[in-house]
Amino acid sequence: MTEVDAGTWTTVADVVAAICLLAGAFLTFAAGVGVLRFPSLLDRMHVVTKPQVLGLLLLLLALALRVRSWSAVSMLVLVAVFQLATAPVAAHLVSRAGFRTGKVDEAVLRPNEMAGPLDAPDDEDADGADDGADDGADGAGPVDADSAEPDHPGPGGPGRTLDDDPAGRPRDH
Amino acid sequence: MVVVVVIAAVLVAAAALMALVRVERGPSMLDRALGLDLLTASLVCAIAIEAVWSRRTETVPILLALSLVGFVGSVVISRFGVRQSGSRPDGAAESGAPAEAGSTDEEEPV
Repeated sequence: MTEVDAGTWTTVADVVAAICLLAGAFLTFAAGVGVLRFPSLLDRMHVVTKPQVLGLLLLLLALALRVRSWSAVSMLVLVAVFQLATAPVAAHLVSRAGFRTGKVDEAVLRPNEMAGPLDAPDDEDADGADDGADDGADGAGPVDADSAEPDHPGPGGPGRTLDDDPAGRPRDH
Repeated sequence: MVVVVVIAAVLVAAAALMALVRVERGPSMLDRALGLDLLTASLVCAIAIEAVWSRRTETVPILLALSLVGFVGSVVISRFGVRQSGSRPDGAAESGAPAEAGSTDEEEPV
């Protein structure tokens, strides 16, 4: 009876490990597809952060169910904790660096929490998305954009109108 | 179990290949940092799949080291690799003031 139970539990653990292995590998594959095909930097940051971390956690769970030794499982828990602690920090730093160097289209940031005095000094030398960045900063954060306006007399600042604003947003209508 | 391991290895290898394509193609250094992050993570996944297949636990410290090293690489690239001129006035003043304080005093505070 006990031998049958032990064998049953081993089989159940192997089957659950196989399911977790397939799910984790599929999520990692989805992260690869997303990082190849998504159009902007923030989309790629999202797909590297969330599905990849979940896939890695599922793979570590599969490994823990497969090896079933406490020394290995404790180290796998440590790997999971490090991954959960470091992935948001890396994503935050990448997105903030992308925002400050002008690689983020601010028109698609609906609550633009970075608008204001943080991004004021680096609007002049932004090479890529300067047209969308100026329109989005003026439309999304009206109070902070007005306070940051006298610091840089840019070309897109004083010439904007109210009719220009919803035309620059792709998802408004 | 062999079929499952082969399918998972193929999926993870495809993810690593697509991350490598993004590293080659990426318009900016931040995209390359994201691609390298995903490449490191898929390497961790591949080592985990190998450990699942062979039930060995000697490769688990490699997972621990790789999950930390990938984070350090991404942070270093996004923190120091993409800094442009005038993006951080405090950091530029800190880094530029001790070296060239006497020579170019007029051009230094941008």
